[in-house]
Amino acid sequence: MEITLSHYLVLSTILFAIGLIGVMRRKNLLMLFFATEILLNATNIAFAAISHYIGDLSGQMFAFFIIAIAASEVAIGLGLLIVWYKRTGKIDLDQMNSMRG
Amino acid sequence: MFEAIAFYLFAALTIVMFTITVMTSQALYAITAMAAGMIFISAFFFILGADFLGAIQIIVYTGAVMALYAFGMMFFDTTRDVVEKRTNPQIVFVLGVLAAVMVVAIFVAPIVSNNIQALYPIQEGVGNSQAVGMVLFTKYLVPFELAAVMLLVAMIGGIILAGKKMDRSLTLMAEEEIGSMDESFEPQEGGH
Repeated sequence: MEITLSHYLVLSTILFAIGLIGVMRRKNLLMLFFATEILLNATNIAFAAISHYIGDLSGQMFAFFIIAIAASEVAIGLGLLIVWYKRTGKIDLDQMNSMRG
Repeated sequence: MFEAIAFYLFAALTIVMFTITVMTSQALYAITAMAAGMIFISAFFFILGADFLGAIQIIVYTGAVMALYAFGMMFFDTTRDVVEKRTNPQIVFVLGVLAAVMVVAIFVAPIVSNNIQALYPIQEGVGNSQAVGMVLFTKYLVPFELAAVMLLVAMIGGIILAGKKMDRSLTLMAEEEIGSMDESFEPQEGGH
């Protein structure tokens, strides 16, 4: 039973769908961040798998940069979230209507 | 054979863990399931021969990112249940599946059309970490340095945002007090 590239792409898609469902379902901003991490990880699997089956290292490079972006996103996002929580005491998306959008 | 067993085992575990992360109403369950899922994902990288990426996944995601989330959760009220959006589940399901199929099309299209060829082929007799280092510090040197600058900016931004006026609680102050505090804080360095 051979594991092919399609197996990995299907797995990546399933994980991406789980992440998307999380993004659409969650109202708490911290839970929303978790769902974004799942999205980034799903694409990382796809990049690593393609890198392995094509025999090219570029996929792994892109996965590295995605990990770096995820780390900086968490740092900035959590900082903003803490400031918002200090000011309002809530981290729900529905409360963020100060721009009356 | 063992590769297939490992793939299906870790695929099932990862999907279960991430489903728990997305579906649970407890923030602590979500963060622990998320950390477990990250470690299981690193197993795929080891199966695929990307050893360095797997190690980075464990160190950065379960070491740094999850610790940062746990640190952030100490600021928030995590004991109460998370309230969810009341959206139509059918719309959510259809949109999720549609977007996922689009992602598969994006990834499969270049392979099907056979346009893809290895620009930086994996060399024989060289370990994965060594090969990654050789490509990263030649072809991808500029993005690497940019990523370093980006991480530095993110670190400074995180420190300034989270550590600003830690000795006073902004929640317990009125809007006017916060406004006057910002004014008294600004002109110390001679303005901008």
